[in-house]
Amino acid sequence: MVDPSEAKGEGSLRKAFGGVLGFFILLLIGTLAFSIRLFSVIKYESVIHEFDPYFNYRVTQFLTKNGIYDFWNWFDDRTWYPLGRVIGGTVYPGLTLTAGSIWWLLNNLNIPLSVETVCVFTAPIFSANAAWATYLLTKAPAHLFEVKGTGAGLTAAVLLAMVILFLLVFLLISDNQNVPSYISRSVAGSYDNEAVAIFALIFTFYLYIKSSDLKNYTQTLNTGSLFYATLNALSYFYMVCSWGGYTFIINLIPMHVLLCIVTGRYSSRLYIAYAPLVVFGTLLASLVPVVGFNAVMTSEHFASFLVFIIIHVVALVYYIKGILSPKMFKVAMTLIVTIGIAVCGAVLAILIALVASSPTKGWSGRSLSLLDPTYASKYIPIIASVSEHQPPTWPSYFMDINVLAFLVPAGIVACFLPLSDASSFVILYITTSVYFSGVMVRLMLVLAPAACIMSGIALSEAFDVFTRSIKFQLPKLFETPPSDVWQLIGDTNNGTQDELAKVDSKIPTEKSETTVKERPSKKNRKKEKEILEKGKEIKEKGKENVEKVSDKRQNAKKLLVLPLEASAVAILLLIILGAFYVVHCVWAAAEAYSAPSIVLTSHSHDGLHVFDDFREAYAWLKHNTDVDDKVASWWDYGYQTTAMANRTVIVDNNTWNNTHIATVGTAMSSPEKPAWEIFNSLDVKYVLVVFGGFVGYPSDDINKFLWMVRIGGGVFPHIREPDYLRDGQYRIDAQATPTMLNCLMYKLSYYRFVETDGKGFDRVRRTEIGKKHFKLTHFEEVFTTHHWMVRIYKLKPPKNMTRGKSKKKINPKTRTKISYQKNRNKNPWQ
Amino acid sequence: MPPVRGCKHSSSQGPVTTFEVIGPITSPASDLQGHPHSLGCLLLDARRFAGRKRTSRRPSIPVQLDPVRFRTWPEISRSGVKYWKAKTSEASRRRRDGKENEIRGRHGDRSAPPPLLLSFTPICLFYAGDSSPQRGEKDRLDFANRKGFLDFEGTSDVNLNCLFFPPNVENYGAPEVPEILIAFSPTESEHLAILKASTVEGKRKKKTYVPLSVSPVSSPDAPNGAQLYSVTLRSPLQSGEMTTVETLYVLTHSLEPFPTEISQSEPQLVYYRDSATILSPYTIVEQTVYIKTPSSKVESYTKVEPTARSGSETRYGPYHDRLPYSFSPVIVHFENNNPFAVVEELVREIEISHWGNLQIRDHYRLKHAGARHKGVFSRTMAAWGYFYWVYDTYAKHPCRLDYQFRQSLSASFKTLLAMLPPRVHSVYYRDDIGNISSSHLRINSQKSELEIEPRYPLFGGWKATFTIGYGLPLQDFLFESSDGRRYLNFSFGCPLIETVVDDLTVKVSLLVLFCFGKFYTLNSINVTSYLSIVILPEGSRNPTAAVPFPVNQHLETTYSYLDVVGRTTLVLQKRNVVPEHNYPFQVYYDFNPIFMLAEPLMLVSSVFLFFVAYIAYVHIDLSIRRPLKTNS
Repeated sequence: MVDPSEAKGEGSLRKAFGGVLGFFILLLIGTLAFSIRLFSVIKYESVIHEFDPYFNYRVTQFLTKNGIYDFWNWFDDRTWYPLGRVIGGTVYPGLTLTAGSIWWLLNNLNIPLSVETVCVFTAPIFSANAAWATYLLTKAPAHLFEVKGTGAGLTAAVLLAMVILFLLVFLLISDNQNVPSYISRSVAGSYDNEAVAIFALIFTFYLYIKSSDLKNYTQTLNTGSLFYATLNALSYFYMVCSWGGYTFIINLIPMHVLLCIVTGRYSSRLYIAYAPLVVFGTLLASLVPVVGFNAVMTSEHFASFLVFIIIHVVALVYYIKGILSPKMFKVAMTLIVTIGIAVCGAVLAILIALVASSPTKGWSGRSLSLLDPTYASKYIPIIASVSEHQPPTWPSYFMDINVLAFLVPAGIVACFLPLSDASSFVILYITTSVYFSGVMVRLMLVLAPAACIMSGIALSEAFDVFTRSIKFQLPKLFETPPSDVWQLIGDTNNGTQDELAKVDSKIPTEKSETTVKERPSKKNRKKEKEILEKGKEIKEKGKENVEKVSDKRQNAKKLLVLPLEASAVAILLLIILGAFYVVHCVWAAAEAYSAPSIVLTSHSHDGLHVFDDFREAYAWLKHNTDVDDKVASWWDYGYQTTAMANRTVIVDNNTWNNTHIATVGTAMSSPEKPAWEIFNSLDVKYVLVVFGGFVGYPSDDINKFLWMVRIGGGVFPHIREPDYLRDGQYRIDAQATPTMLNCLMYKLSYYRFVETDGKGFDRVRRTEIGKKHFKLTHFEEVFTTHHWMVRIYKLKPPKNMTRGKSKKKINPKTRTKISYQKNRNKNPWQ
Repeated sequence: MPPVRGCKHSSSQGPVTTFEVIGPITSPASDLQGHPHSLGCLLLDARRFAGRKRTSRRPSIPVQLDPVRFRTWPEISRSGVKYWKAKTSEASRRRRDGKENEIRGRHGDRSAPPPLLLSFTPICLFYAGDSSPQRGEKDRLDFANRKGFLDFEGTSDVNLNCLFFPPNVENYGAPEVPEILIAFSPTESEHLAILKASTVEGKRKKKTYVPLSVSPVSSPDAPNGAQLYSVTLRSPLQSGEMTTVETLYVLTHSLEPFPTEISQSEPQLVYYRDSATILSPYTIVEQTVYIKTPSSKVESYTKVEPTARSGSETRYGPYHDRLPYSFSPVIVHFENNNPFAVVEELVREIEISHWGNLQIRDHYRLKHAGARHKGVFSRTMAAWGYFYWVYDTYAKHPCRLDYQFRQSLSASFKTLLAMLPPRVHSVYYRDDIGNISSSHLRINSQKSELEIEPRYPLFGGWKATFTIGYGLPLQDFLFESSDGRRYLNFSFGCPLIETVVDDLTVKVSLLVLFCFGKFYTLNSINVTSYLSIVILPEGSRNPTAAVPFPVNQHLETTYSYLDVVGRTTLVLQKRNVVPEHNYPFQVYYDFNPIFMLAEPLMLVSSVFLFFVAYIAYVHIDLSIRRPLKTNS
């Protein structure tokens, strides 16, 4: 074409330009990923959201105040009273250590940010990190950088820009999950483990691929990179510190290794990527107190060890194969296989015996509910009662991954076209995460990055094809008579007339599809897939010919050429598609995921109304009760009570002791007197209930009440769920069962409720309550928030509970009268 | 008729005691009607009588504390204190033995500041012009035989008492009286938040008020630990002359709720303890004490004949010829449903940025110090708002619920009003768990009003904490003095005013109020007696504070954004602050503007160094392989 040296200079300039552009785009992505999560700060305030983040916040406060050593030894006596909880040994410390380090660093730079501020912004910062990690992970299996090498120059840069832009967009929702409660996981203020864990997850995967990657040009081809493998182990360690979901990594990577071995793709790179991860990773993981010996004792980790053994066997086989003659090898093979099978069988038998001897087969409850979705609802009501442990609904898929749902299949196809280790890993990743997200809505977190990666690959392939077509055809457009410069292209065009004709013949169908492209995106997807496949095929052919002479390469390239108009329109449509997706993401981030659940708002014609009752109640508790008072509530509010009100709670969101929770559930389900006795035995001074019937707040304790009954009944059989249901229906109106109407939860929720409107109309259940006028004998109301959403009761001291105690003793008649009255109270409807 | 000074209530919310002192001589000149500030002042008319000589100067001069500067009195009005107009009443003229001192005057009272403030105790003191107590002489200043004071032990409460002494003082016969003594019982002096005195010059409409310096006097010879304060007159009172001195003092903690615990629907009753006679080192010729209660519901009161009660006013007196330091304890038990808001602790941080912003952070610890709430709490009784918005995820348009609730009887408060300076910006109102959404800000060119509600209504004994922060344009508050130093001119005290549902403006009574001002300045040497001097870095040096009343101060170093050496911080500390303390105070310091550039330069250079390091990294090959390659 042109003077080679000139071309070279131009090429390097283009490369540099592309590099700088890429850098700024990545920077932009980070900024956007960060700032799109600030909706909650702007719309509401810089505050910690939800339940678990409050615990993490409290732990972080402790860490920053008392230092790391006290943190490891922290026994928290303000929760799970009277048991307490060893926080240092039962918490995943990654998040708190991260935020604590950031805080420490900032404070040493004399930037006096409060711990709360740091906690609020940790999640957005790590979302930006996760976006970059996703970019890296996507780059590995995507083919776009091969294209860049061929001189596509500016086009490649544009392409890169587009792809990255889309990556950004995809990652927007990557961890905005937990749809049922409309809370996202990584918006500012959502200070939860997942915020850093998703980054760690993706980064671990990236390092794994990097350490085993074929396209890792910096390494000699036949060895993997021990450096990256070590980094990988460290990253895995960080993941172990951060989130219980690390078992996903430690199962997925062995699966991939196994897949590679089975499909004959074993190589020393694979070995180098995997073996250090298992050895170092397991060692490091067992350093985390909460994991400890679980790293080698529980079934979740067995897969990695098994594959570890297998990969060694395979390595040994390859090694022996290398030093022996084929004949000798066969002999040795039979020998080793027999011995190996025997040994493996023995080991397996021991393992199975060990595992089978434990009641849960060595699996934790949550893991079991992953493998068997019906497990939790059958055996562990506590796990089943959490909304984020429910299977997701279809709408939540569309809400969360939206357009990606259609792009993912295309991405999978693109990954298959040249199947590499990396792309097979990504395929495995998406497959497993789709399964897991189908089991628990919370695990859509894991699916989202996979979907982003797949869609990124699909889009980059599509753009690759389209832009190249345009690039090759544009000159024709501007310079109809072939000039010297474009001679070559003209030649190739001439020489491949028949090919072009073939392509042309496809144009009509292509165009007809283009015209209907405004229609539902399913069609888009179909078409894209088609285009992609075609492009892939063609490109594949082209790749095979890479080593051939240049004109042949040109030939191959020419095969990729699609009609100019079709390409342009397709690009345009893809951009529009992406734009809509951006709109959706921004909308979702702003509307659906940014509400901190402790502050509720409702819009009406004259503006915004704020329901700040939770903090009102917690502030009241904090300032107007004694420091050592114990507050009983359903476990949902445990973390918030300890963090915001600084009062001791009986149970909290760390549901480690089922019996204790069942005790509280039983108390809530019992009539007043037994409930008082239970609470009194627990030293409880105040009881807190959340009641939404006044203003229509649906997730209140009455709606959760059946779970309390179930969990309580699971341990204390005298609580029977059918007693609370009328003909299988849960109701609180006049048709409700007497057990229901007399239980503590009902009474505490509806005490004096009738005085508000005279009828006692519950706006959540949309019915009038069953029992309107009643008195509390063992509890007294001490505080109710402005919108009645939180009501706090105090246990009456024993002497004030019953009137005329002495009388009662003296006069047996009174006693019988009282007991009679009690009976009557118990069943007023019979 | 003798001049009489009185204060009229603008509201009947607080009990007021009116003291009337009647002296033998009436001076028309001492009519105090129309005192512009009506800050309850003690007026002393002293007239010298012929034949009476001034004995001598008091031998012992008390340790002088800082003179109180009164030049800013009008400032008080900014803080929302209401002024009460003086009311004239007559003092009968009474003539005593010609050689005796006489005092006459009518005591002014100040109306109680409405809701928060409980009561004033007006007391009237009379000074016999003549004698200083030490003199013993033949006049009635002999207090050696007096039995002790009453113990005012009880008043654990939160109230402000404002006392006014509007008597006229006449000098009967003492040669020259340079100063007048005012006496307080030990309990009172413990709760004494502020004491001011001024004298009146001119007559009628041309009257002007000249502040007088007040200083505590160590008085070992005062009975039972009575604390004396001396008011230095502008010019010594000659025998037979008369002058008028107004004093204002504010006592905190003088109402005691009884019963100490009430339920939500019960009215709040309080004790007020005082003396039926006015504690004074002088013989009082004639005196009357009026106690005004916020309502006419008085459970009981001590009778010290002659005692009369009509409506909301209880009168003790007139008593004649009471000896110096005579004391006659009385208790008035009356209904007072005003919430007793007390800021137990207020920390105000003022951060000066020479880039144009003044950042204020006020941290409050608020308490309702009235009768403790007991028993059941009921929203249906506690509700002030009559409607609620519905939070309903199912309803597309939330509807409004209207409920009519019974009003709660007992004292509780919900809304507070903070008066902020004009041109305020970036106002926030939060506590340690986040923003408190119930606040309204109204800004106009004169002032800014921030109406805030604590997270929950405060009943007796309940507490709340919160923080108000805001920014102000620096040019409104920071000036350069003639000697080139910069000084900050900012208001001391607490911006909170209580608003009550019925639109009364009231003072918040502050029980204990610590004020910490943080001035990021350096400190210099100020040799005034109450400033400590420290030399500090980060640009500003030599901070000195000018506060119109005694405060404790010390210096600290604070580290803020990217500070290296830290910012000099001046801490002023004072107990018992009342709205009368809302004076501007000044902090002078030296500052070199070049320090403004320190942090930006630091940032720039660190970024620069980063890139330099990166360039170096890129260009230096640290690999150990290359030499091998070149060798091969």
